[in-house]
Amino acid sequence: MEPTNKYKGWLYLLPAILFLGCFMVYPLVDVFVYSMEEGYNFASQTFFDTGFYNFSYVLHDPYFLQAVKNTFLMVVITVPLSTGIALLISVALSSIKPLRNLFQTIYFLPYVTNTLAVGLVFMILFKKTAYSDGLINLLIHLFGGPSVDFIEGPYPAKMFVMCLYIIWVVMPFKILLLTSALASVNEHYYNAAKVDGTSKFRIFYKITLPMISPTLFYLVITGFIGAFKEYSDAVALFGTNLNAAEMNTIVGYVYDMLYGDSGGYPSYASAAAIILFMIVMTITCINLLISKKHVHYV
Amino acid sequence: MKVVFENLTKKFPNRNKKAGGEVVAVDHFNFQIPDGKLVGLLGPSGCGKSTALFMICGLQKPTEGRIYFGEDDVTDIPPEHRGVGIVFQNYALYPHLTVRQNIVFPLENLKGSEKMSREAMNEKALEVAKLVQIDQLMDRKPNELSGGQQQRVAIARALVKMPKVLLLDEPLSNLDARLRLQTREEIKRIQRETRVTTIFVTHDQEEAMSISDEIVVMKEGVLQQIGAPQQVYDDPINLFVAKFLGTPPINMFDGNVVGEKLFIGEEAVLICPGVKDMAVHVGIRPEGFILDENGPFTCELSRVEVMGRDISVISTHKDAQSVSIRSIIDAMNDVDTTKAQVRFSLKPKKVLLFDRETEERVYFSIQGKSGDNYGLTDSVNSGKEDDQGNNREEVHLIHRQEAENQTEGRA
Amino acid sequence: MDYEKIKKSAALKQKIFSGVIYFFLAIWGLFVLFPFYWMILTSVKSYSAYNSEYIPKFFTLSPTMQNYIDAFTTVHLGRYLWNTLVFTVITTGLMMLVITLAAFAFARLEFPGKNLVFTLFLALMMIPNELVIITNFATITNLNLRNTFAGLILPSVTSVFYIYLLKENFAQVPDALYYAAKVDGTSDMKYLFKVMIPICKPTLVTVGILKVIECWNSYVWPRLITDDEAYYLVSNGIQEIRENGFGRENIPAMMAAVVVISLPLIVLFLLFRDKIMEGVSRGGTKG
Repeated sequence: MEPTNKYKGWLYLLPAILFLGCFMVYPLVDVFVYSMEEGYNFASQTFFDTGFYNFSYVLHDPYFLQAVKNTFLMVVITVPLSTGIALLISVALSSIKPLRNLFQTIYFLPYVTNTLAVGLVFMILFKKTAYSDGLINLLIHLFGGPSVDFIEGPYPAKMFVMCLYIIWVVMPFKILLLTSALASVNEHYYNAAKVDGTSKFRIFYKITLPMISPTLFYLVITGFIGAFKEYSDAVALFGTNLNAAEMNTIVGYVYDMLYGDSGGYPSYASAAAIILFMIVMTITCINLLISKKHVHYV
Repeated sequence: MKVVFENLTKKFPNRNKKAGGEVVAVDHFNFQIPDGKLVGLLGPSGCGKSTALFMICGLQKPTEGRIYFGEDDVTDIPPEHRGVGIVFQNYALYPHLTVRQNIVFPLENLKGSEKMSREAMNEKALEVAKLVQIDQLMDRKPNELSGGQQQRVAIARALVKMPKVLLLDEPLSNLDARLRLQTREEIKRIQRETRVTTIFVTHDQEEAMSISDEIVVMKEGVLQQIGAPQQVYDDPINLFVAKFLGTPPINMFDGNVVGEKLFIGEEAVLICPGVKDMAVHVGIRPEGFILDENGPFTCELSRVEVMGRDISVISTHKDAQSVSIRSIIDAMNDVDTTKAQVRFSLKPKKVLLFDRETEERVYFSIQGKSGDNYGLTDSVNSGKEDDQGNNREEVHLIHRQEAENQTEGRA
Repeated sequence: MDYEKIKKSAALKQKIFSGVIYFFLAIWGLFVLFPFYWMILTSVKSYSAYNSEYIPKFFTLSPTMQNYIDAFTTVHLGRYLWNTLVFTVITTGLMMLVITLAAFAFARLEFPGKNLVFTLFLALMMIPNELVIITNFATITNLNLRNTFAGLILPSVTSVFYIYLLKENFAQVPDALYYAAKVDGTSDMKYLFKVMIPICKPTLVTVGILKVIECWNSYVWPRLITDDEAYYLVSNGIQEIRENGFGRENIPAMMAAVVVISLPLIVLFLLFRDKIMEGVSRGGTKG
């Protein structure tokens, strides 16, 4: 089909290009410029010099190092745990018929709820106040343990709630994808294996797992990326002053540098954002390399 | 409205970019489609017939050459102003619209003085719907219709604007065998009633032969032959056309003409006056065989298929270009299946010769006397004794009386 | 072989097995649902009752709606909801328009440079939001668009991923429909709105719902760009309530607010359950 005006397509693209140009392409270039401008002053929009000082500053900032440590811990704990549990749940879900829809609906609920809102509920469940130790602490008491303030108490306790909440939040997506992947495995394979008397575990390990490995791998990659960008869940539990709570994340550090009580340093923010991007890229590349060996694309 | 192609050519850039170059889909077409006729563009897939169709309706622009509707040059006119209606292979009905909305859709695009009122549109839609006999289905959605019904809707939609030319792209290919027969009658009827010049594209020669007033045979973008179906079938101009037309297909042999006699293997099977000595492809239509104990052409008998009205004799021959030879003879004939061999004499009109090099038709004049009968053969294998030990020198040719005076002398 | 025995033991095994499965699934269901139950329960406990419970009760015999009234009167919950609604509707509407046009251009129209632009678009999908948000913050600040709806909405409008998703869907509509429409003299615009959009409605609805969820829950950008409470969205609102809220730690009222802002999406989810789940499995990311 030869159109009368061959540039008409551009007209249809124009709005998208304008929006993307202003809020995606230009900022992408600009962030690198920012990161190289030393001593940038947001008010006067001036800077002294160009160089890598911003990166060096950020890498030596204890808050940043704390944020990196927190983020890595969250990633290392939540990604394998959530993927593993999601796999278990999905397999269990696919093996039942009655109530399956009900369970699926319930399990998906966290996806559509506001992280900040439900975070508040987690907080009151775990928090010790003057009036009450909170439900979780009472449970611990019941089993004879000492009470801990999970929100303003020791670091491991805080990290525990944090990870628990992250898992709660990310599960729906993983369960959903894994159940649909499991549902798409052809019944014939199972039937063939069953007739051969293959044990359930062997069927799972030798048939199911390889068949859903692309989805599993996709979930691991998006899981890593998502966990590295963890921020709002932390705010939900520990409030906006994450540095004070020792629970800041890399993304949180970027925003704090940009705006808020400690804000006004877009150069540092840019440098931190670029470092984050590099980390994510590296991890994703490693994932891709590993997957080549283990993922079976049908 | 007659449609005229003048030097029409369409080239596409090669799909494989590395290979470069161009693919010529339609190569210098020069012909006319007469007014008010049903014309079939026929060729194997990839021969450029759909491209030709798309150029007629304006969806593709020719690389060079012109297209005329009547006296008007429409080459640079956009599709909507050409006054064409098109029915696509998969009908292209809008799935979300009812039958009525689908038929009315083209009318809604009319602008200015052509603009119609809603009542006029609906009236018009009902009129065409009645013509194609779907007026009972106006409020259904396409997915509630059978394939045949969908096709009728598509035809109605194409006709509603009263096109000067109606185009059908593989109109029958998505229908099952029974519907196909029914629908091709239907298309013929609609075309007769509307008198609109109709061009349709197909790769199915049977379909094209059965309903077209004229067929246009194409191969790799090059026009091969144009004419009435029977004429093209009887008198193909080259090997491709001969092989492409006819079910069951023509039987091909390697042959040689020596001294105006056609030899297949060692046997002289036919005299062919006016042909110089040369190597030829010999094509014999299945209905060109006459069972004849004394016939000049000997084949190894494989089996006999009885089909009621007539029978097929399946045999083999070492010089045949296909595994088996199929000859269709009248069911009255009795084939002795105990024999290993079967002998035929041939109807000269059904024997087609082609130059081995150029694959062009080699014409010969057909000689014969009126009153000859099929069974009465007096043919001879040159210089060689047959089973009876008779040595015959002359080949007499037997043919249908009605064909006797036709001589093909275009070579 | 004793088939009777094999049969019995197989049936027993099966029963135990499915019992274990259901137990396990139920436990996870409880874990998911408990926070919801707790927030609703707490939201109907009175302030004094809640604070007097050293050991929280799992039910209440005297539910009160007072907390909901407080949530709307003491803090500006109504305003947050309204802001979020405006933000969500406009952003989603604008996005649908922009991405539909772009997807149509990529799927249907031929123009010079199309493949190159499309590749560039795809490359943009890999850019994380965190990288561009810094400059966007500066841009919006410099344009004096802080604390305005324009500032909130503009950077949230486009989504390359949805353009891609929609383009794939548009491309599935058979070419013949377009040709048929062309022969009938249909303009590209009319074809898009009369044929393409009705046919692809399911995908468009799915994309729309996903965007609504995204807008409703967005926190980071609104937090950066608004510090005037008059422009807070629900996420910022809830944070505001938490930090400066009801003057004192009024947890039941806070929970009432949480219930109110969670409710719209849960209702939306229950209404469009299949659409949302199908859409997320095709194109969602979270976690």
